[in-house]
Amino acid sequence: MEDMARIDAIIADYRGKTSGLTTILQHIQDEYNYLSPQAMERVAEKLGLPLSQVLHVATFYKAFSLEPRGKHLITVCLGTACHVRGGVRLVEQIERLLKVRAGETTPDRQFTLETVNCVGSCALGPVMIVDGEYYGKMIPSKVERVLKKYQ
Amino acid sequence: MDRIRTADELKRLRDSIVAARDPSKPCIAVCGGTGCRALGAESVTAAFKEEIAGQGLEDKIDIRMTGCHGFCERGPLVVIFPETIFYHGATPDDVPEIVSETIVGEKVVERLLYEDPLTGQKIVHEPEVPFYKRQKRILMGKNGLIDPTRIEDYIALDGYQAAAKALLEMTPEEIIDTIKRSGLRGRGGAGFPTGRKWESCRRADGDVKYVICNADEGDPGAYQDRSLIEGNPHAILEGMIIGAYAIGAHEGFVYIRMEYPLAMHHLQLAIEQAEEYGLLGENILGSGFDFTVSIHRGAGAFVCGESSALMRSMAGFAGEPRAKHVHATEKGLWDRPTVLNNVKTWASVPHIISNGADWFAQMGTEKSKGTMVFSLVGKINNTGLVEVPMGITLRELIFDIGGGIPEGKRFKAVQTGGPSGGCIPESLLDLPVDYEKLTEAGSMMGSGGMIVMDENTCMVDVARYFSNFNRDESCGKCTACREGVARMQQILEEITHGRGREGDIEMLESLSQAIRDASLCALGRTAPNPVLTTIRYFRDEYEAHIRDKRCPAGICTDLIRYSIIPEKCTGCMVCLRNCPAEAISGEKQKVHVIDQDKCIRCGICREVCKFDAVKVE
Repeated sequence: MEDMARIDAIIADYRGKTSGLTTILQHIQDEYNYLSPQAMERVAEKLGLPLSQVLHVATFYKAFSLEPRGKHLITVCLGTACHVRGGVRLVEQIERLLKVRAGETTPDRQFTLETVNCVGSCALGPVMIVDGEYYGKMIPSKVERVLKKYQ
Repeated sequence: MDRIRTADELKRLRDSIVAARDPSKPCIAVCGGTGCRALGAESVTAAFKEEIAGQGLEDKIDIRMTGCHGFCERGPLVVIFPETIFYHGATPDDVPEIVSETIVGEKVVERLLYEDPLTGQKIVHEPEVPFYKRQKRILMGKNGLIDPTRIEDYIALDGYQAAAKALLEMTPEEIIDTIKRSGLRGRGGAGFPTGRKWESCRRADGDVKYVICNADEGDPGAYQDRSLIEGNPHAILEGMIIGAYAIGAHEGFVYIRMEYPLAMHHLQLAIEQAEEYGLLGENILGSGFDFTVSIHRGAGAFVCGESSALMRSMAGFAGEPRAKHVHATEKGLWDRPTVLNNVKTWASVPHIISNGADWFAQMGTEKSKGTMVFSLVGKINNTGLVEVPMGITLRELIFDIGGGIPEGKRFKAVQTGGPSGGCIPESLLDLPVDYEKLTEAGSMMGSGGMIVMDENTCMVDVARYFSNFNRDESCGKCTACREGVARMQQILEEITHGRGREGDIEMLESLSQAIRDASLCALGRTAPNPVLTTIRYFRDEYEAHIRDKRCPAGICTDLIRYSIIPEKCTGCMVCLRNCPAEAISGEKQKVHVIDQDKCIRCGICREVCKFDAVKVE
């Protein structure tokens, strides 16, 4: 649960800036890893915006998560280069191993699995990234070993 | 550091930086692009620093982590100046040998040299590697020479001289005229003439105007903008200074994709350093012109690469495009006249100002001038970023520079223009690449991504992939795009699952027409391109899926089966142990069998088999 005084401070930092809403939500997301209903209500209230507008932005952009993310973030690249080299099979293998679907978090909040449209490391495709660490030229049979490092 | 107040001071600073350097002193440049970093470039750099310190050579050798050199396939790349000795695939273990052999002993380490796969000849110098030989690296060239976190490196290579010339010796009209005559067109994809865009913004009413650099590089398979910002951020800032002066703007923004943290970091450093030197801020170089730049981080929405959506997004809203009967040059960001250009467009500007419009216009084709940076990715030997004059043929790009298709497989298609582009078949390999020719072929230039596909790529699956992408990224504002693309995606999904029906192809064509006609922005209007080009050039593959329930490329999982070739199976149990569905039975040294009912067609058995005993059909 976030501290409302901290949320207020973040909002105050961007007061008066026209691009405020998205930037404030990005900042809250950076700190808390997700946007809670309370945080979004607070932002709406403080900026004098309808909650619907805050939700519109929060659900429009991929950067925002409305649920807490796991301790480790697994990102699988599904850019075209990774796709033609078998990126989908990586996702399927991780889904099988962690028993979650892409976009979901394991019940123990250890892993969140996400896909991304391209991380621009096409030479290494297919690529998966765990907590910022790149694993290039991945094949499904190597996935389990990589995940073990984080379990 | 002191503020630079005049053009003379800038020249003196450059001269003093150059004079303090010994041109014969060896410099080890380790490529620090995201690709090489992912391959371990940082530990290679650390190992060099340690080795050099250990041998007490700090005063004799420089070490520099540079921007992306482009040959990502062979990273981490190490280039030793002044000779330009080129080592690829370097690891920390190679470092002591490189230092003692090459730096101290002045001998090359043969095993780290690039070997030309055609001739078997080892190549010593970077510019002689076939991958680089055919290129014309105007925008990308400095990437390999400078440390992007040090403005002095850029200044030493005549950085900001073009801005000085523009601000102090040229009128805004002269700049616009130069850009117009150069023939520079927008490098973000649509190819609108840059000079004309600037001219209409200059003429627009209003005291407050803006310039924006669009670095929301969303096309999957394209990463040249990221590499340019990471590797040479000052070139973009310099271009923006010149453009802002030409149109009369005092504030600029770089809208950058959130997936690019390193680029953001380098750009932020570049802005701070330029401000400290007075190259951004008030009264730049004593010209009386004020200009600041700030970064806006994207929040993850492909459609924000579209200019009007990007400006909505910057204002704090969901990034939904608007109709463009009023141009952004009149009413753009916060309804003020705005010029928005792509990273590569801005980075081209200083070169044009320094070298003149004619120099730029002599490169390229009749209507597409200058160079273009392409990313060669997918099923290609030399994955990487290449910069070539417009008008080069696809064949030269893919085979001469890209080194052709791995494992001797057959080329099938190249996809250009991202989700707005199309797939170009083998019969069009001699097509000269420029804006018009790609559009005629049903594709487009886009931001320069080229994804190469071989015989094992299913073109129906590719069409499904892009429809999936466009469906997910449609902002939802226009019904034709929101519903039409979703319907197209559904049909393709059915076809790839073997449930295609007669008439599906015609339905896809008719949906495409409706989506094109009734969508507001380019995302919708071009979303049918991947589908239409694959139908146009690979209709037989669609028909195989629909009529024969067969995927000729062996990709669509519902239409293929894996089986074990008894003559080749040695009974090693590896596939059996790795099968996630426990679908393989067998005993040690006896032929294994795949249970087709249990098999989930993940392909792991084929991947782990060392004896090529698993076939897919």
